[in-house]
Amino acid sequence: MNKPWNNKAWFLVLPVVIVVSFSAIIPLMTVVNYSVQDIFGPGQRVFVGTEWFKDVLSDSRLRDALWRQFTFSGLVLLIEIPLGVLIALAMPKRGIGVPVTLVLLALPLLIPWNVIGTIWIIFTRPDIGLFGVIVNGLGVAFDHTAAPLDAWITVMLMEVWHWTSLVTLLAYAGLQAIPEAYFQAARIDGASTWATFWYIQLPKMRGVLTIAILLRFMDSFLIYAEPFVLTGGGPGNSTTFLSIYLVKVAVGQFDLGPAAAFSLIYFMIVLLFSYLFYQALMRVGTRDG
Amino acid sequence: MAAIEFQDIAHSYEEIPGQESDWAIKPMDITWKDGGAYALLGPSGCGKTTLLNIISGLIQPTRGRLKFDDLDVTNLPTKEKNIAQVFQFPVIYDTMTVYGNLAFPLRNRAMTKRDIQMRVSEVAEMLDLTSDLNRRASGLTADGKQKISLGRGLVRSDVAAILFDEPLTVIDPHVKWQLRRKLKEIHERFGRTFIYVTHDQNEALTFADQVAVMNEGRILQVGTPQELFENPSHTFVGYFIGSPGMNLLPCSLDGNVAIVDGGRIQLGSRAGTPAPKGDLELGIRPEFLKLDREKGEGAVEVTIVSVEDLGTFQIATVQLGRQVVKVKLWEKQEISPGPGYLSFPPERTKLYADGQLLMG
Repeated sequence: MNKPWNNKAWFLVLPVVIVVSFSAIIPLMTVVNYSVQDIFGPGQRVFVGTEWFKDVLSDSRLRDALWRQFTFSGLVLLIEIPLGVLIALAMPKRGIGVPVTLVLLALPLLIPWNVIGTIWIIFTRPDIGLFGVIVNGLGVAFDHTAAPLDAWITVMLMEVWHWTSLVTLLAYAGLQAIPEAYFQAARIDGASTWATFWYIQLPKMRGVLTIAILLRFMDSFLIYAEPFVLTGGGPGNSTTFLSIYLVKVAVGQFDLGPAAAFSLIYFMIVLLFSYLFYQALMRVGTRDG
Repeated sequence: MAAIEFQDIAHSYEEIPGQESDWAIKPMDITWKDGGAYALLGPSGCGKTTLLNIISGLIQPTRGRLKFDDLDVTNLPTKEKNIAQVFQFPVIYDTMTVYGNLAFPLRNRAMTKRDIQMRVSEVAEMLDLTSDLNRRASGLTADGKQKISLGRGLVRSDVAAILFDEPLTVIDPHVKWQLRRKLKEIHERFGRTFIYVTHDQNEALTFADQVAVMNEGRILQVGTPQELFENPSHTFVGYFIGSPGMNLLPCSLDGNVAIVDGGRIQLGSRAGTPAPKGDLELGIRPEFLKLDREKGEGAVEVTIVSVEDLGTFQIATVQLGRQVVKVKLWEKQEISPGPGYLSFPPERTKLYADGQLLMG
């Protein structure tokens, strides 16, 4: 057949190319540009090669922030995924309870992030906050502005309160999609509640849980607004996560070169871990034998 | 193993069942004999699946008692009821191997490893699954998966009955008959009670010794395929079984003669029976009618509207007054549209009042 060759079709992808260029590619290339040069002002710049990368990699405060960040994201996944699944399992399957719980669960997801930080500042204040007053009233000294552990607990509580709903909603959607016959077969085969969960519900939730884990990992790894508002990275550096440290370097100290180099490393870490999680989750429990 | 007995069982999905249509299963008494091969035949939505789920305990009947032999099991949980069920869509445990799937019901009942191994390999051999035992079950084809579902029922030695809920719906046509034959073979070898739900009469008639025809929550007739064909006790059975189904003609009665739109049709002897009440219908299977060019004794005059040749036989559509009658003819008989005479053999001609058989 004689196919007409017509390259005009490329114009159809042009809008996407333009939008992606301005929203992603050009900003990213700017960062690359900053990461390999020392820029003093317009027209004044020196090419420095990998110097900024060497700088940031030997920065001990950055390494501390990185470990803090991994600890934080690890805890987030360890708490939010099982908790979200548990809540989803306990949710009503039908009736008026379904829309009510869905709306209640969605509420934390709808609140602007720095408002969440503000809510938790007030909630945990030892003098006027409901949580702070009750805990201190029970004889436990609790002050997230003074004790690093208290600050961590507060940040974790806030994070779990804010985002577990997302895991729950995804898991619930996955559970609702399982045909009734599976549960009937399990009852006939005499499966316990645990066996039903382990052999039916969990495998059938694989897809949605993969998405939940990826989203929660990426989001928690990039967390900024809530802890920034709540603790400002303190007390000391105890809740200075990667993005908070990055902003301190870039905006606070105006070290654009190291900040750019660091941003690229940051980006690569998120990309690498998301890829590893995805590969692992897609393979678990699908091989023969 | 046990006979399964329904005592006045009825079920409704409504909280408070009011009118008759709220009942998915209308009150019924029926006994499924031990070791029988039953088919439960009926159109979609007639309550077949509900009935199965009552037996397996997935549904608690609204009223009535369910007995296995003389043991009342109405309130026993599914797990303790010793019933296996194969569903319309194959249910397998994706993450397990074929072996794991077959062993699952036994593991849940805490059998020893050796016993499990023995039972599973025996069942796998019978279902031709031996070579797949170490494969992941999710990699099998639909019929393989359905065999696993069946196998999970067969491995349990305590199973009183295996219920099939339209198990061949998702199976390719060319594999269907193989699997159906396999089922029959397994039934003969194990002697378990099989109850097989389907809306396909061919499937029901080839599989079962006894067919129960169901409609609107009632079992209308239980019998061998031959009984259902020759002696349907309800017009629905006559109409539902057979292709084409029984001809049903509204009629009135004059002694031993039925009058259909002016045509007089001689019935078999019904001496001594009281005059019937209700809407009367005359029923006759297309296979038993005789269609001729010449007037025979007792034949009524009809108009032949059309003749379809279906290979081994022909279906003639015939007008008797305002009624349309289908007649099944052998291929050899030469017949063409125009006037003709239709005769009704009296011993094959049935009379129904309000759907129920009066005499045959």
